[in-house]
Amino acid sequence: MPTELALTVKDFKSDQEVRWCPGCGDYAILAAVQGFMPELGLAKENIVFVSGIGCSSRFPYYMNTYGMHSIHGRAPAIATGLATSRRDLSVWVVTGDGDALSIGGNHLIHALRRNVNLKILLFNNRIYGLTKGQYSPTSEVGKITKSTPMGSLDAPFNPVSLAIGAEASFVARTIDSDRKHLTSVLREAAAHPGTALVEIYQNCNIFNDGAFDALKDKQQAEEAVIRLQHGQPIRFGPDLARGVVRDAATGDLTVVTVTPDNEADVLVHDAHAASPTTAFALSRLADPDTLHHTPIGVLRSVDRPVYDTQMADQLDLAVEQHGKGDLAALLAGGDTWTVVG
Amino acid sequence: MSVETTELSETGAVPAKEVRPLHRVIIRFAGDSGDGMQLTGDRFTSETASFGNDLSTLPNFPAEIRAPAGTLPGVSSFQLHFADHDILTPGDAPNVLVAMNPAALKANIGDLPRGAEIIVNTDEFTKRAMQKVGYTASPLEDGSLDGYSLHPVPLTTLTVQALKDFDLSRKEAERSKNMFALGLLSWMYHRPTEGTERFLRAKFAKRPQIAEANLAAFRAGWNFGETTEDFAVSYEIAPATTAFPAGTYRNISGNLALAYGLIAASRQADLPLFLGSYPITPASDILHELSRHKNFGVRTFQAEDEIAGIGAALGAAFGGSLAVTTTSGPGVALKSETIGLAVSLELPLLVIDIQRGGPSTGLPTKTEQADLLQAMFGRNGEAPLPVLAPRTPADCFDTALEAARIALAYRTPVMLLSDGYLANGSEPWRIPEPDELPDLAVQFAQGPNHTLDDGTEVFWPYKRDPHTLARPWAIPGTPGLEHRIGGIEKQDGSGNISYDPANHDFMVRTRQAKIDGITVPDLEVDDPHEARTLVLGWGSTYGPITAAVRRLRTAGESIAQAHLRHLNPFPRNLGEVLARYERVVVPEMNLGQLAMLLRATYLVDVRSCNQVNGMPFKAEQLADVLEEVIHAD
Repeated sequence: MPTELALTVKDFKSDQEVRWCPGCGDYAILAAVQGFMPELGLAKENIVFVSGIGCSSRFPYYMNTYGMHSIHGRAPAIATGLATSRRDLSVWVVTGDGDALSIGGNHLIHALRRNVNLKILLFNNRIYGLTKGQYSPTSEVGKITKSTPMGSLDAPFNPVSLAIGAEASFVARTIDSDRKHLTSVLREAAAHPGTALVEIYQNCNIFNDGAFDALKDKQQAEEAVIRLQHGQPIRFGPDLARGVVRDAATGDLTVVTVTPDNEADVLVHDAHAASPTTAFALSRLADPDTLHHTPIGVLRSVDRPVYDTQMADQLDLAVEQHGKGDLAALLAGGDTWTVVG
Repeated sequence: MSVETTELSETGAVPAKEVRPLHRVIIRFAGDSGDGMQLTGDRFTSETASFGNDLSTLPNFPAEIRAPAGTLPGVSSFQLHFADHDILTPGDAPNVLVAMNPAALKANIGDLPRGAEIIVNTDEFTKRAMQKVGYTASPLEDGSLDGYSLHPVPLTTLTVQALKDFDLSRKEAERSKNMFALGLLSWMYHRPTEGTERFLRAKFAKRPQIAEANLAAFRAGWNFGETTEDFAVSYEIAPATTAFPAGTYRNISGNLALAYGLIAASRQADLPLFLGSYPITPASDILHELSRHKNFGVRTFQAEDEIAGIGAALGAAFGGSLAVTTTSGPGVALKSETIGLAVSLELPLLVIDIQRGGPSTGLPTKTEQADLLQAMFGRNGEAPLPVLAPRTPADCFDTALEAARIALAYRTPVMLLSDGYLANGSEPWRIPEPDELPDLAVQFAQGPNHTLDDGTEVFWPYKRDPHTLARPWAIPGTPGLEHRIGGIEKQDGSGNISYDPANHDFMVRTRQAKIDGITVPDLEVDDPHEARTLVLGWGSTYGPITAAVRRLRTAGESIAQAHLRHLNPFPRNLGEVLARYERVVVPEMNLGQLAMLLRATYLVDVRSCNQVNGMPFKAEQLADVLEEVIHAD
């Protein structure tokens, strides 16, 4: 899409050599983001990428925008301060499953509930890459890694479920290798006022290769991936033979083979539903081990007051009510006395 | 001793009572933590300030919001020292104790010199209440208080009686007993009452009946003093007219002065103020205060934790705000990693530590100076930063401005070490005119600052000012200056990631040199008699040390005094000052942290004088220690 500024993908490439492992899924995401940036129609100087620590967090160095490579887990907090004090900027957070969900879990959920104007790209490869291959908070139970030779014991987070539980106003999921889908999700995230969380399944070909093959192999993917589109019936599989319906008894969602009898029962995806209940139920369809029935696309996108806008409004209101701050009057306060020299 | 309960509303002929002039007095209000002692003390302080006395206060309260009633740990007190001349401390020993219950008497009696006046609320001296704190016999009757001037007053009964015409339950009426006590003390010391009346009307604007009840209790207390024979004498302490330079004054606490200093710094720098903070005692008041001043463009962000508080502040600093985080020692520990990042990013950031007793949770409501070494060294790697400490409550204002000056000029995080004593204590402050304040204007980077070999003009985020070694501050939104910064070691100049050994060595030394090179004023020494002994302090010990020095000089001793505001870097002349004296004593509310730095830096055999009991030094005790040093072999 041409923009007024007529920037191209080249304008968003920094002069730094990209240093991810050859074959890493991060390359595809970087290319997609750089390719998408001109569409924003924003000047480069008004875009900021903030990251934490981990392989994905090297991302800002490769973007020819403003950027900060910060410390482990803290990017949402730092970006919150930047976005709240500078509403003229487009602030993006790049983080990974360890960065966002382990050490930085607290900042992530609070950014989501506050609904600060941030776009958070969570690269989920279900492994710790930079520290050379320990299991992560999204790894499947029983994962054999250097730190878990007999298999990991802890149940994984589902980042989409977590975000919905944390009151996120925008939650989406996409896959590194599906550039078209990735770009379409970025587009919707960028247009969303408030915090947008985009989980991007990303392959670590060194420590967790093929983690998402079930979603990438053409034949398997047909059965495994549920592509969500707002306003469309939730159907997938060969010839869209499968559909998601609500179980009348439990209220939960289940996958059924679509027949003329039940076709009318197939759920129509409503990303803008006020209640997060169905979006959460959709996020629970995926099997954490096999990834079967993984919904991708925008699960939830609702309008909610944006934190930084509200803070700015309070500042304006304070000026309206009390006038612009007068330092001399403030310092003098109420009770004073005068000493004559 | 019997108490005459005269008709309180009666304002008929009152026999003239003796009025005795005094130069100074120390009053301590003590009661349960729910008795409103802090409010009572605050009001008496405001009355005293508006009367024009010099004053100094020491609130002292438990960490529990409502500790079990009537117990020793639940006692809350407020000490006020006021005088017709300039004073430096809240005073060592109270001349007057107001004890609202047996626990308050028991907890405080040890601090009273013989002859002191004690006003007790006899209504609370029930058998059960006395047993609760271990009195087997009533101290009001067993002769144990014979050495004091005891005024037994049924404060609760009198208050309830005074409010009998109000439609209040007994319990509600009882709650005004602190105002009765305030009225009585206000009469005893001839305090103006208009301020308190105005205050009560404003505080209870939405509940006029409560306002009137409190006013009635307050007046009843005043009238009680005037009419009852038990209080035969009242006292006058003239305004301290000669103690103060000409100007307009107000009473101010350290935390309030600090908040005002930050707003003033924001105005002087013409940068929006951003505070990222997480509630913590004794720093929360700064968050509360700043959140009230949004019409100054102040943004306050109450974060999910200490780390997010400083993280948000650092993000705002990157965006061009005057960024601040406020906390206490445990919060600094959590913020350490982000402070290190700020050192590496070389962005201006104020880290304000209102020190309290440690380690760990320690003594949340008590004072201590034991975070100096944490401020200096509490980070991984070589991560130097400037450290400053205010010396009095009012000095918090100037120190905040000075901290902002250094942070902005040198693009560095700065640590400001206040403490619980300064934060909650108060003193008169000469209100500065805005045009007296320092100019803190900053220049953001506007364009390229470096030419590559091929002639290309580029922006290098780590190309430094040759004088200050500060790097340019290029804020997002500036066209052409897009750059990336991070916690990984950077190539000198370009700021690109660099693992080069020689570059790292250079960058570590350069960051140190930048801090070492910060311009700070020389240390001033007060030494009228060419003494051989120097007492050197820092931070909130200024009051007690100066009071001790005065005592010694009055007694004919020679002693020099100096006080550090800048702990890192030290003033240039500090080494030379230390070398001038045979003996150097360093009093600190820790186990010798400044002494350790001085010994390590200057190889001077300084003598430590330490107290870590959660309370400020007492001037008399300190004078004794200093006297010993003066006369030591």
